[in-house]
Amino acid sequence: MTLKLKATVMDEKAIGQALRRITHEIIERNKDIKDLVLVGIRKRGVPLAARLQNYLKEIEGSPVPLGILDITLYRDDLSQREDQPVVHTTDLPFDLNNKHVVVVDDVLYTGRTIRAAMDALIDHGRPATIQLAVLIDRGHRELPIRADYVGKNVPTARSELIEVKVQEVDQVDQVDIMEDLAG
Amino acid sequence: MQALRRKDILGLEEISAEEITLILETTRSMREIMLRKIKKVPTLRGRAILNLFYEPSTRTKASFELAQKYMSADSVSVAGASSSLVKGETLKDTVRNVEVMGVECVIMRHPVSGSAHYLARNINASVINAGDGMHEHPTQGLLDLFTILDKKGRLEGLKVVIVGDVRHSRVARSNIWGLKKMGAYVALAGPPTLMPPDLEAFGVRAYDRVEEAVENADVVMALRLQKERQDSGLFPSLREYAELYGLTEQRVAGAKEDLLIMHPGPINRGVEISSGLADSPRSAVLDQVTGGVAVRMALLYLLLGGIKEE
Repeated sequence: MTLKLKATVMDEKAIGQALRRITHEIIERNKDIKDLVLVGIRKRGVPLAARLQNYLKEIEGSPVPLGILDITLYRDDLSQREDQPVVHTTDLPFDLNNKHVVVVDDVLYTGRTIRAAMDALIDHGRPATIQLAVLIDRGHRELPIRADYVGKNVPTARSELIEVKVQEVDQVDQVDIMEDLAG
Repeated sequence: MQALRRKDILGLEEISAEEITLILETTRSMREIMLRKIKKVPTLRGRAILNLFYEPSTRTKASFELAQKYMSADSVSVAGASSSLVKGETLKDTVRNVEVMGVECVIMRHPVSGSAHYLARNINASVINAGDGMHEHPTQGLLDLFTILDKKGRLEGLKVVIVGDVRHSRVARSNIWGLKKMGAYVALAGPPTLMPPDLEAFGVRAYDRVEEAVENADVVMALRLQKERQDSGLFPSLREYAELYGLTEQRVAGAKEDLLIMHPGPINRGVEISSGLADSPRSAVLDQVTGGVAVRMALLYLLLGGIKEE
């Protein structure tokens, strides 16, 4: 697959603004953040969740617990993938029962990752609510799932690819739409 | 490295350091599942596994069965004594029959060395060797590597001493292969009659005295002494063995302060290892058992979790 940059849809400033706005929306929606926990989906959901955690602390003063979720073992495409994904550790250092859980991921696309994430979370306990925050919603849902907090809606073609880069992993904050030249 | 590109796990002799690293990393992720209240992930739903044990086993069999349940696989276990083998059916026929029932992976323990390789060559299903004669016991080797890595943070450069009947031990053989590949230094100790003849080929050194072997050691691993070896005259008595080679506080005094003590089980207390040492804070005997389930979950995922390669 040869990929070519089609457009840059978010830069560092836009990403920062979007995450700050999401932070305010989370507070507005949840009022009391006492029972709130953040759960980042590996890989790029984790640094994004950590940033929301920082912003929440700046505004509310008290820290919100942060967990890490690896959904590999809950995927529905394991028997169809040529490349077997590596299983990484899940780390949810808190009791999920009766918590308001905000799941954080970089891109919402088919919804299958979020389905897997919800199954994984429910294996750990019974949250009061599960909410979803994503930096990009690119459409093309295959399951009845929607995000509660969206950084930016980016209409795409299925042949395109959204590439989210974050400082912590990629040394830059940027969201690109890539085109597959072959396709 | 992304995936284990092999059908079977037969021995650590043929597995690369890179593959071992992937298995151990995956094991760490699997252990987290065992700490949950609900120990179950849906990963291997609808996959069928056969456990074939032609030798007695408590730990290994329970460990494989639990690993299968935690991964949501369906499995059946057959003990050798109650199987058609006693009616004269060959191993190949037995397994081929089960294979056409839809089994995708066979876990086998068998008293004959090389039986796992034989089986793997003759069926399409994956084979995991759960111990074949005096040859190898790769999942035990891997769980020992995992325990050491978990406790010490590394394998490379560690001095690991294996004490006992190395000659007849498949556990020792798998450990030696694995430890050498991961860059550990391996020393052996035990009666000369119980040392393997081809030590140079393994690249390990053998000592007659345990005290000498454990000098500055990071890990000491006692092997189970098989009673039947005494009957064949390879050592005079259990008491004499315990006196000369049994691990005690005193005997391992020359090792490093943070010495890790291991035993694959089942333990003959007071023979291979003193009760005090087996239950001491330095003992990792029970951690080995926990790690065993996680290692087997990791292998099941790595062998069955993706597309089957033809």
